[in-house]
Amino acid sequence: MPRDGGIGASTKRREDIRFLTGNGNYTDDINLRGQAYVHFLRSDVAHGRLRKVDASAAEAMPGVLRVFTGEDFVEIGGIPCGWQVTDRFGEVMQEPKHPVLAHGKVRHVGDPIAAVVAETRAQARDAAEAIVLDIEELPAVVDMKAALEDGAPKVHDDLTSNLCYDWGFVEENKAAVDEAFGKAAHVTTLELVNNRLIANPMEPRVAVADYNRSTGDYTLYTTSQNPHVIRLLMGAFVLGIPEHKLRVVAPDVGGGFGSKIFHYAEEAFCTFAAKALNRPVKWTSSRSEAFMSDAHGRDHVTRIELALDADNNFTALRTETHANMGAYLSTFAPSIPTWLHGTLMAGNYKTPLIYVNVRAVFTNTVPVDAYRGAGRPEATYQLERVIDKAARELGVDPIALRRQNFITEFPYATPVAVEYDTGDYHATMDKLEEIADLAGFAARRKESEARGRLRGLGVNCYIEACGIAPSNLVGQLGARAGLYESATVRVNATGGITVMTGSHSHGQGHETSFAQVISEMIGIDADQVEIVHGDTANSPMGMGTYGSRSLAVGGSAMVRATEKIINKARKIAAHLMEAAEGDIELKDGRFAVAGTDKSVAWGDVTLAAYVPHNYPLADLEPGLEETAFYDPSNFTYPAGAYACEVEVDPDTGRVTIERFAAADDFGNVVNPMIVSGQVHGGIGQGIGQALLEACAYDEQGQLLTGSYMDYAMPRAGDLPFYQVDHSCQTPCTHNPLGVKGCGEAGAIGSPPSVVNAVVDALRSAGHDITHIDMPLSPSRVWQAMQS
Amino acid sequence: MPEVSMTVNGKPAKGQIEGRTLLVEFLRESLSLTGTHMGCDTSQCGACVVHVNGRAVKSCTMFAAEAEGAEVTTIEGMAEPDGTLHPIQAAFQDHHGLQCGFCTPGMVMSAAALLKDNPTPTEAEVRDYLEGNICRCTGYHNIVKAILAASGQDVSRIAAE
Amino acid sequence: MYAFEIDRPATLADALKALGAEEAQALGGGQTLIPALKARLASPARLVALSGVAEIKGIRTGENGALCIGGGTCHADVAAGAGAYPALAALAARIGDPAVRNRGTIGGSLANNDPSACYPAAVLGSGAVVVTTNRQIAADDFFEGMFTTTLEDSEIITEVRFPVPEVASYQKFEQPASRFALVGVFVAKYAGGVRVAVTGASEEGVFRWSEAEAALSGDFSPGAIEGLRLSGAGMISDLHGSGDYRAHLVAVMTRRAVAAAR
Repeated sequence: MPRDGGIGASTKRREDIRFLTGNGNYTDDINLRGQAYVHFLRSDVAHGRLRKVDASAAEAMPGVLRVFTGEDFVEIGGIPCGWQVTDRFGEVMQEPKHPVLAHGKVRHVGDPIAAVVAETRAQARDAAEAIVLDIEELPAVVDMKAALEDGAPKVHDDLTSNLCYDWGFVEENKAAVDEAFGKAAHVTTLELVNNRLIANPMEPRVAVADYNRSTGDYTLYTTSQNPHVIRLLMGAFVLGIPEHKLRVVAPDVGGGFGSKIFHYAEEAFCTFAAKALNRPVKWTSSRSEAFMSDAHGRDHVTRIELALDADNNFTALRTETHANMGAYLSTFAPSIPTWLHGTLMAGNYKTPLIYVNVRAVFTNTVPVDAYRGAGRPEATYQLERVIDKAARELGVDPIALRRQNFITEFPYATPVAVEYDTGDYHATMDKLEEIADLAGFAARRKESEARGRLRGLGVNCYIEACGIAPSNLVGQLGARAGLYESATVRVNATGGITVMTGSHSHGQGHETSFAQVISEMIGIDADQVEIVHGDTANSPMGMGTYGSRSLAVGGSAMVRATEKIINKARKIAAHLMEAAEGDIELKDGRFAVAGTDKSVAWGDVTLAAYVPHNYPLADLEPGLEETAFYDPSNFTYPAGAYACEVEVDPDTGRVTIERFAAADDFGNVVNPMIVSGQVHGGIGQGIGQALLEACAYDEQGQLLTGSYMDYAMPRAGDLPFYQVDHSCQTPCTHNPLGVKGCGEAGAIGSPPSVVNAVVDALRSAGHDITHIDMPLSPSRVWQAMQS
Repeated sequence: MPEVSMTVNGKPAKGQIEGRTLLVEFLRESLSLTGTHMGCDTSQCGACVVHVNGRAVKSCTMFAAEAEGAEVTTIEGMAEPDGTLHPIQAAFQDHHGLQCGFCTPGMVMSAAALLKDNPTPTEAEVRDYLEGNICRCTGYHNIVKAILAASGQDVSRIAAE
Repeated sequence: MYAFEIDRPATLADALKALGAEEAQALGGGQTLIPALKARLASPARLVALSGVAEIKGIRTGENGALCIGGGTCHADVAAGAGAYPALAALAARIGDPAVRNRGTIGGSLANNDPSACYPAAVLGSGAVVVTTNRQIAADDFFEGMFTTTLEDSEIITEVRFPVPEVASYQKFEQPASRFALVGVFVAKYAGGVRVAVTGASEEGVFRWSEAEAALSGDFSPGAIEGLRLSGAGMISDLHGSGDYRAHLVAVMTRRAVAAAR
């Protein structure tokens, strides 16, 4: 039994009380005295030359303070990209400028052209309609392959083409991979689309900026997963504000899923305008606006080939992917289809030779960047789909084919540059077979068929690289930032602890789980520990929360700082008890002298640190506060096996999820309740991608899915109860908690099993179907059954 | 500007409004009851659900003027005055029925309306009733479980944690 | 939203008076109109909210046992109170979501005539009579295509009179995002014959499927319409399904409605 409130306990979340009673403090709940409101006039064409933006009538409208256009930002830096990818030929990617407000051209529907700041939200919107635009509409490029053809309209006139980069990985392996394909006994090929998604956290983005003219201090409240990163990017690259004059606060944030990692133009605009107008400036996105301004996710078109020998061993893997960047490079966009995708192509398998080619393409669409899983779902989906197809072609059991090719010895260096530290893929597959009751499938299929429904079973494995990331490694790969994390542990005089972390919680429950770690380490009640996050004025630095990195990296920083605290407290305790430091043991909140009954309580030591009357002042500073930065030495590699059972209504093509099971290995688990919740949510989004969600544009670049009327969000009725298990635990070997991260697994691991299951169901009724692109909407499934 | 008056969480409330002022705007901006959220503009997400005269409504799809004289209950009115959580709120905490918390007020208000009409709903009835409440964090598993638990039903057989 | 004044009359007479003002528009439950106003797709100078008009709310039994529903009655009240016409109560119980059903009204839904709304199928499928402040309109004359009806400005739907059939059923196949009907089919069997009304499918809005009506009037069984199909031409074709798919679903949903009719 884990100790109450310690590591391994399903402690109830402390943050719930404020959320359940309506007392959360989300950014839109923040109103500053004298604030003005901004409304962005956004392009309704996908591609056009801005001939004229005449705001004179708008400026004369009631309540209008000022109308800003691209002209106002000509001298201002563009929205920066945080990652520079180098292509197959050693050249750096093409990197266009991304102005705060469009200048010269508009490049996607939703591109902001002008910003009206007025006394009220309604006045700002009213006045925006009075802005007269003269836009010469240009042909739009939407399809990635068409965008790369000679003579295609260019999204950016100053670039040589719409190709951002042509990346090969590992380029040196290409010839050997091709040779292996030449010798293969069997090759399975699959072409597929990883559908474009919109993250859709339920809280739309908000920014409220303030400027103090007498001190020159700026404060930005924003819906961010990483306020320090926003401070760095916006301060250093856009507005030229040094960090000490810019405070960025991300208070309660209503979900992110990646979309709130990035620095957005609206944040920079509000901060800029607050100074220009000497008024706080607030922007609250509507959901409709979010659809055309939040970065989108996924959008890969892939051809994957798997080579096998005569014994069904995987011998080589080759992929060609087109990855949509949208009209501009969002913060992490170039890294997603490359370093977060190509490096995962080995999956759970000992394929010796792998070559991944990715062409990243500019189109007249909203920028595309990380969305829950970010590159790893795309890798997993294609790999697990092609393995399923290979199993069918070879007439072997898809689970047996996977097991035969599992990596079984660790550490394992893949041919795609990463080294898995631990794992046990047979164990998670065994666990899956048990919790999913795969043995009972045949009987359930019979029962479904008796009701006129087709039943299918789909299974897949996944692996992901989390806990991003070793800074020196990502620096070599083109990251323009480090990916460490920091924490300050402040012990107060009476023993309570305040932890300032650079990780940000927007649903993950850090305030509870991080406190459990401290509680375990020191042996005090978790209630004595407060976790503070989301404010650059508190934490020394932070890279934020994404990539399932918070506990693995942020938690490790907190552990390191707490170790420093304990070391110092041990010295104080030794002094108080006149014992040797080496004899002092910390247990259950007391420092004891080993082998004696002498001890002092945690609170006595902390009090001595702040009231240093009896204290080794010659050797030790008073006070008890420590900071640590933790830079991981490797990624973590959560892995698992998922199973989905579906029913298909053969008359309508409607797919329902009947059972879903997930067996994950996250290494050690701090709060099992929270971990399960993370998996549930990921599965919900993964099923959403597989069955419901798709962001669609027409040929002119008009967004066809601009609201929940057309973008299908998963509802409670679309989803079942899930069987989840994380009892298979191979602890991470290189971080102090032995944790791997759990935030993205569900979204990464679930789409392939859903599609595998639907294909299985349709084939059970004799349909010769090998693949249907996601989302497997009723009309697509029905259409597939007609051919 | 016309004035509207209503009873909100048992207390009289009034304020100046425009014709176009939505009930949610009146609650958030005039009364500073910011627990009621706006997550969409097409009346689908349900983050704004409150009770008007005992019925669940989307406060983003009702004008404040239409609530003249009405009894309105928001999430802020659910717990006891001493802070004791309403049984539905307690069940959401016990069963981890919330993560980011943004949809939660609407979920709780919808759940309260459901259990008033149907004190022991089935799983399917709970899922069906949440048609107009979108959650992006939980995959709904623990929301459904929490509502079933709040209705007094045994949820121990629903997947652990 | 653009700025407008809002009236909240307590009587029908006052509502009519208010609607006489320039650019005035009636507001039913607002579940469609308010989102449209938010998107600035409409710009009335004055909205006349009918939610305070008690005399157009409620359910009663009319001549020949017709079920008469006040135009201002919300979907939830129809779901709970139209037990005499179970298929209609079931339809009302599945419009939108519970909160929408507590505000949206039958009169508002019919006046709007969304091509994917449910109520038009029930009204047309039942051969109901739409009673307004001016006249009585037979269902067959009421709907004039997508978002258009024969209603005039300043005309308010006060009641809808449904003849109660022997058996009926409404089968809806939901569009995955909006949850409106991708295809909805209302089948009602009367002594004089069977009516089949289809919503969600046609670019012309709700319509009667006369071939199916003829077949079912002779033999009220799913088998009677086996093989009967509509053309996909003229059907709505969008992200969520082609015209052919919708045409196919009409046949499927019709058969299911016949099988489920009670």
